Amino acid sequence: MRPQHNIEIMAGLFLLLGVVALMFLASTATDMGSKLGKEHYRVDIRFTNVGELKPRAPVTIAGVTIGTVKDIQLDPESFEAMVALDIDVTFNQIPADTSAAILTTGVLGDKYIGLEPGGSPDVLEAGDEITITQSAISIEQLIAKYLFSTNTPGDDE
Amino acid sequence: MPAKKTKLITLRKPVQIVGRGILFFIQVLTSFRPSLKQLKAILSQVYFIGTRSLVIIMVCGFFVGMVLTLQSYLELSKFGATDSVGTVLALSLFRELGPVLTALLFSGRAGTSIAAEIGLMKATEQLSAMELMAIDPVQRVVVPRFFAGVICVPLLTALFNLTAIAGGVAYAVYIMGVDSGIFWSNMLSSVEFQRDFMMSFWKSLVFGIVATFIAVFSGYFTTPTGDGIGRATTQTVVVTAVLVLIFDFIITALMSWT
Repeated sequence: MRPQHNIEIMAGLFLLLGVVALMFLASTATDMGSKLGKEHYRVDIRFTNVGELKPRAPVTIAGVTIGTVKDIQLDPESFEAMVALDIDVTFNQIPADTSAAILTTGVLGDKYIGLEPGGSPDVLEAGDEITITQSAISIEQLIAKYLFSTNTPGDDE
Repeated sequence: MPAKKTKLITLRKPVQIVGRGILFFIQVLTSFRPSLKQLKAILSQVYFIGTRSLVIIMVCGFFVGMVLTLQSYLELSKFGATDSVGTVLALSLFRELGPVLTALLFSGRAGTSIAAEIGLMKATEQLSAMELMAIDPVQRVVVPRFFAGVICVPLLTALFNLTAIAGGVAYAVYIMGVDSGIFWSNMLSSVEFQRDFMMSFWKSLVFGIVATFIAVFSGYFTTPTGDGIGRATTQTVVVTAVLVLIFDFIITALMSWT
């Protein structure tokens, strides 16, 4: 009876270990982990151009990540990009006149949203919209502008 | 005329084996009775199949994680992109290497022993003795091993992935000096639960069914001689490897379509 008993204990241990490994992987190595156990509130931003910004890109203040981009859609009337952000509820003191910019990590890195807090006593609440925005800087457009302006030097004056 | 006849005969054999395999698969599935006795038999097979494979899976996983990190680190450092070493590691583990390598290791470690055990039972006429005593050998011998294998492979895959990531972290963070926060955050932000984690799970489930079924099938239908048992164990590893790689492509194609 005893060896059979041991076998069952070892088998049970293995099953437990396997299930724990599955849960651990799901919560620490995938995006499930950042969604679980944290409350978010939603803030919208309108940009004229989001460039390479993608869903799940980080949202930062002073370089510290405080949330993620939830989704990006095109407003069918104004043709602006509507970006929805999920911001951690622990950061609920963000001033209402905060400005947003699409920035790049490094020279050719990924795009992220940087928020620059303003000085207003009112705070952003769920569903609010950030109105002061700076769109993504497109390198192609910069080059095109530069080429265009050097080709026709008399244009600017 | 005789040339045509031999051609038909050589074609008949593989078709017959495929048909026999499908019928046997249905027989195994329908022989499962959820009774306490059956569950106990499955549990003790989980020990022999799963717990005993734990060490080889974890040691291999650790070294696969280390070598994957080392290789991608060397290439990525040319572009100054060593920060995404965690992304490369996790994505290649979850999508491909974890399920495939676990299935191959499993078939080498546990599949062969299942095939040899059942083959020996057949050679020593234990299976026909059971039939004489009105015990269904499929229900008694094949079903516990099959279902234990199907349970074990996804769990072993999870443990493989876990130790491989541990090996990757050990190498990247402690030896190459990649910042551990950047390593984890890049991994977290690029591995999607639905797309990557579930792909790993579905693949490992299908591979578990394939690997264990081939093992019980080639054991059960072996030629009951010493030579036959040897051939059955070889066949288990070879057929499993081929089928796992074929199914790997099919599942990847199906999942990336939707």
